[in-house]
Amino acid sequence: MSQNAPTAPTTPSGAAPLLVASGLHKTYGATPALAGADFAIASGEVVAVMGPSGSGKSTLLHCLAGIVPPDGGTVSYAGRDLAGLSDAGRSALRRGDFGFVFQFGQLVPELTCEENVALPLRLTGVGRKEAGARAAEWLGRLEVDDVRHHRPGQISGGQGQRVAVARALVNNPRVLFADEPTGALDSLNGERVMELLVSAARDTGAAVVLVTHESRVAAYSDREVVVRDGRARDMAGAL
Amino acid sequence: MKCIHGVYSLGMSISHTLLGLLEAGPSHGYDLKRAFDNHFGHDRPLHYGQVYSTMSRLLKNGLVEVEGTESGGGPERKRYAITDAGITDVGDWLSRAEKPEPYLQSVLYTKVVLALLTGRDAAALLDVQRSEHLRLMRELTRRKMGGDLADQLICDHALFHLEADLRWLELTAARLDRLASEVRS
Amino acid sequence: MSERSATSLATWARELALGARFAVTGGPGLTRTALTAFGVGLGVVVLLLAASVPTMLSAREDRGDDRNPDPVLETAIEDTPAAQTFQALSGSTEYHGEEIGGWVVQPHGGAATEAEPPPGLDAFPAPGEMAVSPALARLLESDEGALLAERLDHPVGDTIGDEGLQGPGDLYYYLGSDTLDGDTLDGEALDGDAIDGDASSAYVFGDMTMGSPSLPAPLILLIVVICVVLLMPIAVFVATAVRFGGERRDQRLAALRLVGADIDMTRRVAAGETLVGAVAGLLLGGAAFLLLRAWLGTVTVWGFSAFSHDIVPALPLAALILVGVPVAAVVVSLLALRGIAIEPLGVVRDATERRRRLVWRLVPGALGVVLLAPMLGGSFDGGSTGGQVQAAVGVVLLLVAATVLLPWVVERVVARLRGGPVSWQLATRRLQLSSGAAARTVSGITVAVAGATALYMLFMGVSDEETEATGQDPDRAQIEISESTEGGMTAVELSGELEGLPGVAEALAWETTSALPTDARPVDGITPSAQVLMGDCSVLRELARIERCADGDVFVPPGEGDPWELAVEPGQQLILGVDSEGVPYGEAPVPWTLPEDALVVEPRTDPGGYVNVGVLATPGALDEEHMAGGWTRAMVRTEGDDPDTLEHVRNVAWGEHRDAWVFELESQRVSDELADVQRALLIGATGVMAVITASMIVSMLEQLRERRRLLSALVAFGTRRRTLSASLLWQTAVPVVLGLGLAAIVGTGLGALLMSMVDLPIGGWLAFLPMAAVGAGMIATVTLVSLPLLWHLMRPDGLRTE
Repeated sequence: MSQNAPTAPTTPSGAAPLLVASGLHKTYGATPALAGADFAIASGEVVAVMGPSGSGKSTLLHCLAGIVPPDGGTVSYAGRDLAGLSDAGRSALRRGDFGFVFQFGQLVPELTCEENVALPLRLTGVGRKEAGARAAEWLGRLEVDDVRHHRPGQISGGQGQRVAVARALVNNPRVLFADEPTGALDSLNGERVMELLVSAARDTGAAVVLVTHESRVAAYSDREVVVRDGRARDMAGAL
Repeated sequence: MKCIHGVYSLGMSISHTLLGLLEAGPSHGYDLKRAFDNHFGHDRPLHYGQVYSTMSRLLKNGLVEVEGTESGGGPERKRYAITDAGITDVGDWLSRAEKPEPYLQSVLYTKVVLALLTGRDAAALLDVQRSEHLRLMRELTRRKMGGDLADQLICDHALFHLEADLRWLELTAARLDRLASEVRS
Repeated sequence: MSERSATSLATWARELALGARFAVTGGPGLTRTALTAFGVGLGVVVLLLAASVPTMLSAREDRGDDRNPDPVLETAIEDTPAAQTFQALSGSTEYHGEEIGGWVVQPHGGAATEAEPPPGLDAFPAPGEMAVSPALARLLESDEGALLAERLDHPVGDTIGDEGLQGPGDLYYYLGSDTLDGDTLDGEALDGDAIDGDASSAYVFGDMTMGSPSLPAPLILLIVVICVVLLMPIAVFVATAVRFGGERRDQRLAALRLVGADIDMTRRVAAGETLVGAVAGLLLGGAAFLLLRAWLGTVTVWGFSAFSHDIVPALPLAALILVGVPVAAVVVSLLALRGIAIEPLGVVRDATERRRRLVWRLVPGALGVVLLAPMLGGSFDGGSTGGQVQAAVGVVLLLVAATVLLPWVVERVVARLRGGPVSWQLATRRLQLSSGAAARTVSGITVAVAGATALYMLFMGVSDEETEATGQDPDRAQIEISESTEGGMTAVELSGELEGLPGVAEALAWETTSALPTDARPVDGITPSAQVLMGDCSVLRELARIERCADGDVFVPPGEGDPWELAVEPGQQLILGVDSEGVPYGEAPVPWTLPEDALVVEPRTDPGGYVNVGVLATPGALDEEHMAGGWTRAMVRTEGDDPDTLEHVRNVAWGEHRDAWVFELESQRVSDELADVQRALLIGATGVMAVITASMIVSMLEQLRERRRLLSALVAFGTRRRTLSASLLWQTAVPVVLGLGLAAIVGTGLGALLMSMVDLPIGGWLAFLPMAAVGAGMIATVTLVSLPLLWHLMRPDGLRTE
């Protein structure tokens, strides 16, 4: 690991950061979820966000992805301040530049797996045929092309997560947000999903923000950030 | 390739532990032994001889000093106090991540308790240790992804043990508040 | 659960009770029960009201019969002592658009009469005194009734009791008299049909039942169809209400399975839960019915009012509702469980969805057509109960056919939908997965719209038939008066009186009589006669194209050569004041010679729509005696539109006679009953649609809440609000449009069948359009109401782990 003196904002690896957050504050009702969290990630990096439950891990992810506007602090993506974008602008960013994998409940139950994967492409205006072809290709990469025409209710949890990963990556996102992507899976399936997710992200050069409480999952990352009491601590600098 | 390391021996950290106990306040050798047994020696109480030899070494290294000697019934009536160099030594030790090896619990536990006793940031200690664990786990994961089935199985064994340590660590961190009140009582 | 040999009554009761407890314990369970209870309650109110209609109508009819004086038959009159009969003269009138019934009565036995007094009275009113209904009494005392009080200017004695009234709003009176004279009382003065010769002067009350005249067949069919059409959606709605919140209930049942309940047990628990809602609905509905009944006793709608004590459900129907509704509710909820398996770890929908078969879905429709087919070509017999039942069952079956066909249609059509934008894809896929549920929600609309469409067609057919162009010209005059000249006013007197009234601008009055040639001979049984009309020059100018006119002139507008029209020629000898048989009205025939200098002129339609041909004479050319036994008519032109003007005119015409006819002139005449039925239909259909809209909103909101996690995930990866809103719109619109389409087809077909049954010319193919418009409104409403929740759920908070 490089020991270059960090000049804020930058990543411990020294690469120019793609997504930077500084001094994030967010309060839900009376509960502070974030209290001055900083974060930075560069292209191609896999960063695990760890911390006890309730520490604000997911809130950090939501702020970074522009899903939730922070009460204070800034998030900038590729040099652009997310706060300067309209809701529509942030949505467009999420459609085009970001990908998402959640623990469960993210696939549209009525659509087939292929249609689910094609959905982000369709939302950005890609034609149905092309979207279908690209979706099929991604399903193949994640080794679930055999369930292309099944609906989410008809496949296993592990397959479902792979479909979700395929959907998150199908539009070649520059940042992939994964919130406990293996949380509902057993070790074997979880590991396979992680291997596929990380290697696919490495292939495409996407940055991965990986929220997890499992160290074995975090072991797939390049470095980890620990969120405690609403503050994020980058452990790469602590060593 | 070898993923499993030898069993760690406890002896290395007795001097640091006794030093840490002294940081809480000057103490007789006998009271030190009792405090050690009380907090850490449930299944393996310290011999008086171990205390005596450890304190001699610490004296020699200038990490403790003899504050006074009292007459009385016992064989050893020296009252030890920690020196500034001793305090620095304890601090260094506490903030240094242990080499992530299996069966590390007793050392980590000792460190956490001492951190609490000496008013240091135990949560930070845990974060540092986790980071060290993760570094090894990353290495193992990388090897596993590139290796054959045998490698995968062996690395998984190590990974699961390391994970268990970390889980315990997380749990400990989550319970630090209660631990603190127990330890100080 | 190993040895569960026979399910004892006790376990049944326990499990039902468990379900009942779920139904009333907090939060979702209670909400669901409340929704079900509300829905069922609404249905019960409507059913109870409908079940009360027969009792109410028959009670009204009975009392209406009883209070009509019945003439003593000619054959019986010899044996009937005079002390038991009375003379009667109809005194019905109209005031501010309301019918006022009344009789002038005079017992033959005077004060010592033994005749049965009018219903609701203890004795005949004393001569010169009125007995009135409470509503009429109120009207007479009010300011609004001042002009009526002028017309019915008699001291009020007794009040007519309820047993002599049809409803609390009934306007009715009896006027005592001692001046009626059997001889002056002829068929003209009374409602003609019932009276025959001299017997008309002897009447009794309540002796015999005349049997009210049967309604025309199209009207009976209309009423049958209206009942079916308004009640069917209610049944469908009750079935839907029972399923409210079903998905959450299923999850609860799954939790029961987890702790060891078997499938039968969960069924019984579900039944218990539904039963609570249904029984609560029954109670709610019953209570609402009682309140509504009390309220209905105080209102008058379209001249119709009913006593609360008449609104009583027919006993068999009430029993049917009492037992049928809870049973049907339980059956429906158990049927709903049929397609799903409740497993300990959740609810498994029947994965291998059976494709719906078309064949058996065609059965009800075919049966309906079979039932209605024999009545085609106008052979529906409205008078026979069998015919009515057959028609009703046929209509019900055809409407059922629409609801049964709908799931099949939705499934097939939706399965073929593909492509389109993302919002469309999301919606159609959702529908493909649960086309049954979608079809269920709209089946109520389908029935309502199909029925209403058929009804509308039938209705427009009937109303085309019953609407006639009157030929009247309300621009030239607004009120027409016609009265017998004898004993009445002459044209001059009448126009003088009328022109003195407030609001009257001009009154043109004339007298008419008929003329026969001196050598009258019947031609084919008809003796041609000519009308002789006498009015001043200003009047005659309205009736013919006349250039110069002076008193003493006579004009001859020729007719069109109808066989019963006598073509007159100047100089011809005529006999005036005779009827068509040549019998003089007066003492003797009055001869008159049509002057040689009479001018032939072109006739002009008068404001009342008549073409006056024959002879038009100025008063100088004739004497009053020539006009004896004729009619006096007047056309009144009003200023402004004060409704009291008409009442002033009626008061003038009322005089001593009470038999002058007063009309308002209108260019078209629609039967009043039809207009009322049309309004009632529209209100009923709108209400049904509103109820169905409400249930659609409930199920949409429920569905949204269930999908909150998914919605948040969709938002996370950048789905636009617009996309999800549009998908919501499609999701509502597709089934509704399909339902409306099917309804339009079935409804139009049914309408054509019904029209053929009563021999109306088949038409009105676009009758489904107004209902389709209402359907579009429903789609918009459901979507609009659901949007706020959708947007709320789309907020990122939804992603937070619970």
